[in-house]
Amino acid sequence: MAQLQIPDFRKSTIVDQVGIEERVSRFNTRSIKKESKVKGLKLVLSMIDLTTLEGKDTEGKVKQMCYKAAHPHDALSGLPTVAAVCVYPTMVGTAKQALAGTGVKVASVSTAFPSGQSTRQVKLLDTKFAVEHGADEIDMVISRGEFLKGNYAFVFDEIAAIKEACGTARLKVIFETGELSTLDNVRRASELAMHAGADFIKTSTGKISPAATMPVTLVMLEAIRDFYYATGKMVGMKPAGGISTAKSGLQYLVMLHETLGADWLTNKWFRFGASSLANDVLMQLVKEKTGVYQSKEYFSAD
Amino acid sequence: MTRLEVLKTYKIYIGGQFPRTESGRYYTLTGKDSTPLANVCLSSRKDFRNAVVAARAAFAGWSSRPGFNRGQILYRIAEMLEGRKEQFVAELILQGAAPKAALEEVMTATDRLVYYAGWCDKYQALFSSVNPVASSHFNFSVPEATGVVAIIAPESNSLLGLVTALAPVIAGGNTCVALASTSMPLCAVTFAEVVHASDVPAGVVNILTGTSKELHSHFASHMDVNALICYGTDKTEITRMKELASLNVKRIFVHTKEDQGPYHILQAQEIKTTWHPIEQIGPGKAGY
Repeated sequence: MAQLQIPDFRKSTIVDQVGIEERVSRFNTRSIKKESKVKGLKLVLSMIDLTTLEGKDTEGKVKQMCYKAAHPHDALSGLPTVAAVCVYPTMVGTAKQALAGTGVKVASVSTAFPSGQSTRQVKLLDTKFAVEHGADEIDMVISRGEFLKGNYAFVFDEIAAIKEACGTARLKVIFETGELSTLDNVRRASELAMHAGADFIKTSTGKISPAATMPVTLVMLEAIRDFYYATGKMVGMKPAGGISTAKSGLQYLVMLHETLGADWLTNKWFRFGASSLANDVLMQLVKEKTGVYQSKEYFSAD
Repeated sequence: MTRLEVLKTYKIYIGGQFPRTESGRYYTLTGKDSTPLANVCLSSRKDFRNAVVAARAAFAGWSSRPGFNRGQILYRIAEMLEGRKEQFVAELILQGAAPKAALEEVMTATDRLVYYAGWCDKYQALFSSVNPVASSHFNFSVPEATGVVAIIAPESNSLLGLVTALAPVIAGGNTCVALASTSMPLCAVTFAEVVHASDVPAGVVNILTGTSKELHSHFASHMDVNALICYGTDKTEITRMKELASLNVKRIFVHTKEDQGPYHILQAQEIKTTWHPIEQIGPGKAGY
């Protein structure tokens, strides 16, 4: 294995916040209609990590969500499944069993999600537990406290250690950008995570607000692009939390396409962490098919 | 130096805001001697869709308020309307009404709001019942707000027509999207400003301007609309709406008269019946 090296932040790009916001507002003016819209919406659906991360989760709830993941809306033919379900480590076994043979992946949060306030040992155990129960993907949180203190080496080592514990499972690194205060910090965290071996970088846990926003996602996408130019390695992106309308889903795809190109337009390299987005996408798809505006009442909650 | 008159832009009212139509279209309203009065938004189906989203979001909050509070708010609309009487009279005259008739219309509209304000916490008692049943249950029925109601306001009565259609709907705890009269939309937009200044939560009342010819089928087919109240007169449109309303079994009511009464509240209510088990008090004697 190649030697992992913490990046030299003196060389990283300084983020131009005004420029980022201007660029984002440009993406939002693109008009996508008719067939392209239907294709785009199906792509959004296929990129969703259907998520339930609540204290009140039960096996029954997880099983039901897994069914929804594999059968988003049977009344409409030709729909893809979602990419994955995202659950707590204790629910991984249940989800894995429920999704056997469907091709839908199981992602598990770990490392004392959502706060990440625990010891390295506990975080490693947490991760190994999820992997042993069959998780295909691990969503870890970084220690934001250590990061904000400037203890970058700590965070770097943490990510590298978890990556090792993941084995073949793909690792998504959550920054909780709502706690990182500045876009420069987001850029720095992105570089740190990618150099430490992250397969995906992810904006938020969905537990605090603001969660995923387009400016933050754009900063991360640009970091991925620069990392790709420097090393030739592709890294995935997962905005999570707060994306609930089909329209914003399409806007993210526009941004993805215009920043990273068509190679990233697949659920191998891009995911939406969301729970209510799927139904809005389904409602729009049915609307495109029937010409009639839809109501939430006629779509299964999960 | 002569002063240029500042003309008002008549915009639509969605979710507590006054946007222009997303379509960017408008039609020009002309006065008696074909002088242009205003450019009015020609709302599209997307404006309607946005309005339904706003109305749906406002429904839980509005329907769960106590009837008494809704009454206070309706009364507040009447107060605001009274305070801006002159403006409404002037607009009605611009739209072709005689001065006396215009004043009459504004006063009747105000009184009608007060009338429905009074009903807000009383219609429940009128339309509820305790039902005799043969088992040991306390069985009662109560009216509950049906949800989002689409309204096609009368064409011929700009202000009074809109108030007649809208007041009983919101009095009953529903939220609504109303299409104003096409040929006389000025008062409807000004009425939206009155509603906006009357503690009515955003999204409870949404007012669009445009044509029923373009919008009626979307009003009738939208799956997230629970009832449709129509004062239109076009026979083909009404038939078409009745057909489309069957998609989600919407209630549809077609009115020809603009009158008031508690039964107008009832049309946007659903009756919920509860069977509550009770103890058998004695042989041959029901508990209630």
